[in-house]
Amino acid sequence: MTLGFFLIQGLNALALGGLLFLLSSGFSLIFGLMRIANLTHGAYFMLGAYVGLSVLRAGFGFGLAVLAGGAAMALLGGAVERGVLRRLGDRPLAQVLVTLGLSFIIADLCLMLWTGDPMPLPAPAALRGPLRLFGFAFPSYRVFVVAVALVVALALWLLLERTRLGAMVRAGVDDMEMARGLGIPVRRLFLIVFCLGSALAGMGGVLGGPILSVYPGLDGDMLPLALVVVILGGIGSLIGAFVGSFVTGAVYTFGQALLPELAYIILFLPMIVMLAIRPGGLFGRRVA
Amino acid sequence: MSRLALVGLGLLLALPLVIEAPYYTDTASQILIAAVFAASLNLLVGYGGLVSLGHAAYLGTAAYLTAYLSVTVGLGHGTAIVLALLATAAMAAAFGLLALRASGIGFLMITLALGQTLWGVAYRWVGVTGGDNGIVGVTRPAPFGLDLSAPKPFYACVLIGFLIAMAAIAAFVRSGLGASLMGSRDQPRRMRMLGHNVWLVQWISFVLAGFWAAVAGIGFVYYHAFVSPHVLALTNSAEVLLMVIAGGAGTLLGPLVGAALVVILKNVVSAYVVRWMMLLGLVFLAIVVFMPEGLAPGARALLGRLRARPTARE
Repeated sequence: MTLGFFLIQGLNALALGGLLFLLSSGFSLIFGLMRIANLTHGAYFMLGAYVGLSVLRAGFGFGLAVLAGGAAMALLGGAVERGVLRRLGDRPLAQVLVTLGLSFIIADLCLMLWTGDPMPLPAPAALRGPLRLFGFAFPSYRVFVVAVALVVALALWLLLERTRLGAMVRAGVDDMEMARGLGIPVRRLFLIVFCLGSALAGMGGVLGGPILSVYPGLDGDMLPLALVVVILGGIGSLIGAFVGSFVTGAVYTFGQALLPELAYIILFLPMIVMLAIRPGGLFGRRVA
Repeated sequence: MSRLALVGLGLLLALPLVIEAPYYTDTASQILIAAVFAASLNLLVGYGGLVSLGHAAYLGTAAYLTAYLSVTVGLGHGTAIVLALLATAAMAAAFGLLALRASGIGFLMITLALGQTLWGVAYRWVGVTGGDNGIVGVTRPAPFGLDLSAPKPFYACVLIGFLIAMAAIAAFVRSGLGASLMGSRDQPRRMRMLGHNVWLVQWISFVLAGFWAAVAGIGFVYYHAFVSPHVLALTNSAEVLLMVIAGGAGTLLGPLVGAALVVILKNVVSAYVVRWMMLLGLVFLAIVVFMPEGLAPGARALLGRLRARPTARE
């Protein structure tokens, strides 16, 4: 094991962590604000990737594919929130079952429309070459993914901490009844946060395409990773999702490189330790 | 439940033993195995108010262990079954420690995450599990010289297992422990004040649920003579949850009704279309939106409403 091994795997870990952040920040925000465990989130990631793939194949650029994947999932997420989840009221089990049922329907639709074959999603031409730094060659696409995740994290942080909308969201997470009483349009906030979270998952799917490729079962692979991230970081916490994503990305990447057959067990060790000593996660309050 | 209904149910359960239709006898075996599986989850969901989305973990682990120990290691069936049941119950004891650190949606998410881990392990630990190919070549045992490879003797064996499991689960539910489990579902704080150890009651129920799911797993692996990662998939955990909810959670015979519905639906539908996932999703949506109380009470309420409507107009 050389320094090069650690540097390359370290970058892979960061890239996976970035993708996990795009996936789980939305999941965590939705849970924090609406108390809904949105089990469709993995399906949004996969469907977003397929939409992006089709946009690429239609001859458009990578940037447009990412935007299209995000926009399509924002529309779908908004429609689900407005059309289905809102009608269920305050029934957590019903919400979980509906999102689970939707994830099966989306997975089957993807299988129908894009067949069962894994499909590569090519990185943009400008990012296919290696990036030379300190005498090592890094795959430049992964550096790009990490940069995008950091920009998104900063933008989300600014949105939550420095804008009026963000203040209203934080108020809703802290005390829904009080927020409603103060005249905050809670229903509209739900819709905005749900669209935003779904869009991030869809964009994450397209951005993850060149690394993970797109295949049936991608949703089932990603959903547990998102769960591990929020259990680690604490539900409803942006910083928690950020730290949890990069920890999970690192554990999974190094686990897979060193003990490929058992990487999946190693992945859950930090979660188990966290549950044992601090069930609310690093930055969360107690899991409700 | 009336005596007449019980007699009818008894006759229905005995029917596959006398008819000369292997397909139906095999379907009946499938239903009873699924019913034990659903009844085990019902302990948590129905009586404990603890919704688990990872219950396939216990059925799948017991099925894998039985196949691994009897085929790969070469142990006798009896030893393999006992070891599989013990190991799966031990796993449920460990998972219960983790999952019961949370309640409500947190509990659901942890059980889901743990279940998905095992699915991933079954896929990737090729050396032990055979990966995507699974473990093939499981043969059915022949207890006391009775060859179980034919549908009827196998069904008889499954029926005995089913009756034992249902009697044991009913006895548990009616016991003091079962009462305090229901109490901790309805009034956890009051139960704690009364001096009950709510956590311990829930943990014991969690282990029992894992054990009976393991029993169903043994039936499953001998029925199919084969095990693959699909048995541990989220769809399997979702299907069994659907059985419990569709049949009516928290009732003794609900899981049997739900299991019969789902197994028949799955067998009938897969004969005509390949879109089982889609249908499963749609059934979930339909049940949640139209019959949140479960199929049996939901249908009753719907019928009541239909009957009530004309009289209201008059």
